[in-house]
Amino acid sequence: MKFGILVNEGPFQHQAADTAYHFIKAALDRGHEVHRVFFYHDGVNNANKLSEPQQDDRNVVHRWSKLAEEHGIDLVVCVAAALRRGIKDEILAPGFRISGLGQLVESGIQADRLVVFGD
Amino acid sequence: MLHTVNKSPFQTRNLESCLRHALPGSAVLLIEDGVYAALQDTPFADMVRKAMEQVRFYVLGPDLEARGMEPSKVIDGIEVVDYGGFVDLTVEYGTVQSWL
Amino acid sequence: MSEVTGGVEVEEEIGGTVKKFMFVNRKAPYGTIYALEGLEVVLISAAFDQDVSLVFLDDGVYQLKKGQHTKAVDMKNFSPTYRALEGYDIDKLYVEKESLEERGLTADDLVVDVEVLTAEEIAKLMAEQDVVLSF
Repeated sequence: MKFGILVNEGPFQHQAADTAYHFIKAALDRGHEVHRVFFYHDGVNNANKLSEPQQDDRNVVHRWSKLAEEHGIDLVVCVAAALRRGIKDEILAPGFRISGLGQLVESGIQADRLVVFGD
Repeated sequence: MLHTVNKSPFQTRNLESCLRHALPGSAVLLIEDGVYAALQDTPFADMVRKAMEQVRFYVLGPDLEARGMEPSKVIDGIEVVDYGGFVDLTVEYGTVQSWL
Repeated sequence: MSEVTGGVEVEEEIGGTVKKFMFVNRKAPYGTIYALEGLEVVLISAAFDQDVSLVFLDDGVYQLKKGQHTKAVDMKNFSPTYRALEGYDIDKLYVEKESLEERGLTADDLVVDVEVLTAEEIAKLMAEQDVVLSF
């Protein structure tokens, strides 16, 4: 089955990004396809490569980049939400790209399930 | 249809709103702070038990564990699932509505 | 168009697929950004020719309250946008009866013409959807 994922909250502030990540890992383990993760609202902060969590904590941003690298998942950051919050190309972590909200709607059309994680 | 609730029932009315819209045959999955609604000894347990007459209830085990809540304290009939179980529920029940 | 739709060539890529999209609005305006940014998704969805409906329930009904004046809080008053949705062929706006009543509101208090449905009717409508996005 093909999944699209929407993440609406930033890393660390809320568990949404963590739950989304574990959901995706489990979906991949079961042989499903996750074609895109769309980051909206404060979720755009998941793409900030300047994030430096403490050594003993999980690195949410790196974790996304690794997921994109290993599984070819398209990580899309909403341009309007990103610009509001100062997330620009020069601070994007590997694997992320900035694009329009149409990518979210398209994900809803193409995926068998669109699952929303937020506050 | 699968409904997810991620807020404590002590803090918001999301669970109540979810239950008002969960049709017979649909399922509710409690995740994140929503897992507190799965426990036996809260003022919300009766509301959950009543809803369980028509709707299947599930709770995310990793979120229970993280919060120090033992599966033995979960209301009888609520099934504890892991993230893989969460994925299976979305496959089985179709469209997902997250009561954020 | 490709700028607003995120580079998606609408005509080519969706190839006639029409899905039922429901946007569930449950949050009050201004206190958080969800209502405003949720509305931005709704506007974009219009470009994809999908079967779009909006429901307003719980505090989401406050988004439609008439008479919003945001000058003193210096935030954008986006309530007139709901009236513009019809121009985008988005005309399925549903408001939950119970949520209105709990808040002492009636359809006359709202900025736009809506259909008032009971929670049960909304539940049935929700169960028919292919995609539900809640903000």
